[in-house]
Amino acid sequence: MHRRCKEVEAVAGEDIDMNKAIISVKALVKIYKMGDVEVHALRGVNTDIMKDDFVAIMGKSGSGKSTFMNIIGCLDVPTRGQYLLDGVDVSSLTKDQLANLRNHKIGFVFQSFNLLSRTSALENVELPLMYNKKITSREMRERSLNALEAVGLADRAHHFPNQLSGGEQQRVAIARSLVNNPVVILADEPTGNLDTRTSLEVMGIFQKLNQQGITIVIVTHEADIAAYTKRNISFRDGRIIKAIEVDKPRNAAEELALMPVIVEEDDL
Amino acid sequence: MKMKNLLIATVRSLSKNKMRTFLTMLGIIIGVASVIAMLAIGQGSKQSIQAQISTLGTNVLMIWPQASSTGGVRMEAGSSQKMTLEDVTAISDRCPAVAYVTPQVRTSGQLVNGNMNWRTSVFGVYPNYFEIRNLRLSSGSLFSMNDDRSATKVCVIGQTVVTNLFGVNADPIGSFIRINKIPFKIIGITEKKGQNAFGQDQDDMVIAPFSTVQKRMMAITHIQSMLASAKTESLIPTASQEITEVLKAKRNLGPSEDPDFTIRTQTDIANTATATSGILTILLATIASISLLVGGIGIMNIMLVSVTERTREIGIRMSVGARGRDVLLQFLFEALLISLLGGFIGVTLGVLVSQLIANILSWPVTITIQSILMSFIFSSAIGIFFGWYPARKAASLNPIDALRYE
Ligand SMILES: Nc1ncnc2c1ncn2[C@@H]1O[C@H](COP(=O)(O)OP(=O)(O)O)[C@@H](O)[C@H]1O
Ligand SMILES: [Mg+2]
Repeated sequence: MHRRCKEVEAVAGEDIDMNKAIISVKALVKIYKMGDVEVHALRGVNTDIMKDDFVAIMGKSGSGKSTFMNIIGCLDVPTRGQYLLDGVDVSSLTKDQLANLRNHKIGFVFQSFNLLSRTSALENVELPLMYNKKITSREMRERSLNALEAVGLADRAHHFPNQLSGGEQQRVAIARSLVNNPVVILADEPTGNLDTRTSLEVMGIFQKLNQQGITIVIVTHEADIAAYTKRNISFRDGRIIKAIEVDKPRNAAEELALMPVIVEEDDL
Repeated sequence: MKMKNLLIATVRSLSKNKMRTFLTMLGIIIGVASVIAMLAIGQGSKQSIQAQISTLGTNVLMIWPQASSTGGVRMEAGSSQKMTLEDVTAISDRCPAVAYVTPQVRTSGQLVNGNMNWRTSVFGVYPNYFEIRNLRLSSGSLFSMNDDRSATKVCVIGQTVVTNLFGVNADPIGSFIRINKIPFKIIGITEKKGQNAFGQDQDDMVIAPFSTVQKRMMAITHIQSMLASAKTESLIPTASQEITEVLKAKRNLGPSEDPDFTIRTQTDIANTATATSGILTILLATIASISLLVGGIGIMNIMLVSVTERTREIGIRMSVGARGRDVLLQFLFEALLISLLGGFIGVTLGVLVSQLIANILSWPVTITIQSILMSFIFSSAIGIFFGWYPARKAASLNPIDALRYE
C-alpha cells in the first residue's frame, strides 16, 4: 500500500510523460441482467484518456455514459473487456485493492451529490482521508480545509448539506473528490441539477483543477457545458460514435466575471 | 482504516442519528431491565420462602395419626389408631436417629386478663418442643418435665398475645391469666418470629406443658400429633424410616402394609414450597423473556428500517475508498457501543426498579449475576446482529449498487 501511494504522488507530479494514458479501455462491455432480460449498456468501448486531459462524455439519455463512468471509477465492474487505470489492469484486482484505488487515484462526483446527511461540509470532505492510513488528524483537517478553500467554501466548513444550496453541495462533493490528490476526477452530470450560473462556477473549478494537472472526465448532455472542456466523446447505444478536440475551450472564470451581478442575488 | 478514525466515525455516526441510537438503546434497556427486575422478584421470593421454612425448626418431622391421602384412598376417620404417649416413649427409646420427640395437642383458648380478651391456639408440648422448633425465650423461663408430670398451670406466650392482653412493651412475667376460665401463670415470653411461610403469625400462641393442656383443658387421653427432630439433616430420612418401623410394629402392621399415620419432614415441605416459588419464577421469567423479545424486535425494526439510508451511506463510504471490512467494523462498533451503553443503563435501571419494588411493595428481591449476564448478552447479541447483518449485506455490494439501493 505504501508503494502505491508513492506511485500516486509520482503520477500527480510534473515529470510524467504527457502522452501516458491515465485511462485506457479496450472492448469494454457491460450487460445488465434483469431476470431474463439483458440490457447491453456498453457494447465494446475503446478509448484512451491522457494525462492532463479534460474530457466531456456526451450522448442521449440511456446511451451508457453513466455505466462507462461507474466502471472507470471502479464503482462497478465490466462484464467483459480490459480497463487499465494508470497502467494497472483493474480487472485483476480484489475488492480491497479496488477500494484502495478509489481512495488514492479517483475522485468521483455524482449528479445527486451523495454527501453524508447531518454531517458538516468539512467532515464530508474528510471522508476519503479517514480511509487513508498515512494521514494524521492534523493533515486531514488541513487538507480538507484547503480543498474547501479551493472550491470557495472555506466559510461553509461547518454547514450541514441541508444548509447549503445545490451548487454549494456540489462544490463540497468536488472538494471531497480532490482531497486525496487523485489522478483523475470523474463527474457524472455534475451540473445536471444546477442553474446556469452555478454550473459555470463548477466548470470554473474543474478548469482550475485541470490546469493544476488533474485529469478530468465529466458527463454532460449540454453542448454549452462541453464547450468548457478540451475533448468531447459522444456515446450512442453503448458505443463511442465520435471523439473531437474542442477548438478553443471557453473560460468559465472569465465569463463568470462578466456576468451581471443581479443573477448572483438570485442564486443567493 | 486507522483505529482512531474508526472510533471517530463510530461516535460521529451515533451522535448524528440520536433518535435511532436512542430507540435502539431503548430496546436493550427495556429487555435488560425487565429481566433483571423479574428474576430478582422471583429469586427473592424463593429465598424468603426458604428462609421462612427454616423457621419451622431444625430437621423437623411431623407425625400424625392419619394415613396419607397421596397414592391411595384416604382411610375413614375411625380406621386409624389414636396415638398415645407410649408411641412417644417408643420413638424416643428405639429410634437412634431421632434427637427429640414431643407429643402435641392443640386447642383453642379464650384468654382473659382483667377486661382484656384474646382468642388464640394453645399448644400442649414437652419442653423439648423448643429445641425441635428452635424457639427461644426473650424473657422468663421455660416449664420443665416436672411441670408436665404434675400438670402445672404455667404457660409461655408469644409477643402478639402479650400485646393483646397486656399492651405494648408490657412485662407480664409472673402475671396470671385465665385460659378457658382456668388460671395460668405466665412464666416466659417467646422471641418474636413473625409470619411463617403461610402467612400465619407465629407469635400468636400459648405454649403450656403437654399434660396440662391434655388433661386440664381438653380432657382427652390420646395425643393429636407428634413432633420430632432428626439428629442431623442427613438423618432425616433415616429418622423417618425408624419412626415408621416403630409405629408399625406397635400397630402390628406388616412391613408391606400401609401405615395409618403420616410423617412429613421439613425437607418435604421445603420441596413443595420451592416448587411453588419455582413456578412463580418461571412465570416471571416468561414475562421477562417476552419483554426481552419485544425489545429485540424493536432493535431489529429500527435497524432494518434504517437499512436504506445506511446502505446509501455505505455506498458513499465505499465510493471514497472504504473497504468492506472498514464499513463492517464501523457498524459493528456502533452496535457494540449501543449495546454496551444500553446494557449498562438497563442493568442500572433493573437494579433500581428491583430496589424500588423491595422498598415500596416490601417484596423480597435478590438480584443475580446470571440474570444480568443473560439479559445483557441476549440484548447485545440482538443489537450486534441486527447492526451487523444489514451492513454485511451492503458491504458486499458494488459501491454503485449500494448507492442505488432503494
Ligand atoms: N442497474 C441497472 N440495471 C439495469 N439496467 C441498467 C442499470 N443501469 C443502467 N441500465 C440501463 O443501461 C443503459 C445505459 O444506462 P446509463 O449508463 O445510465 O445511461 P446514461 O447515463 O447515458 O443515461 C440504459 O438502457 C439503462 O436503462
Ligand atoms: Mg446517466
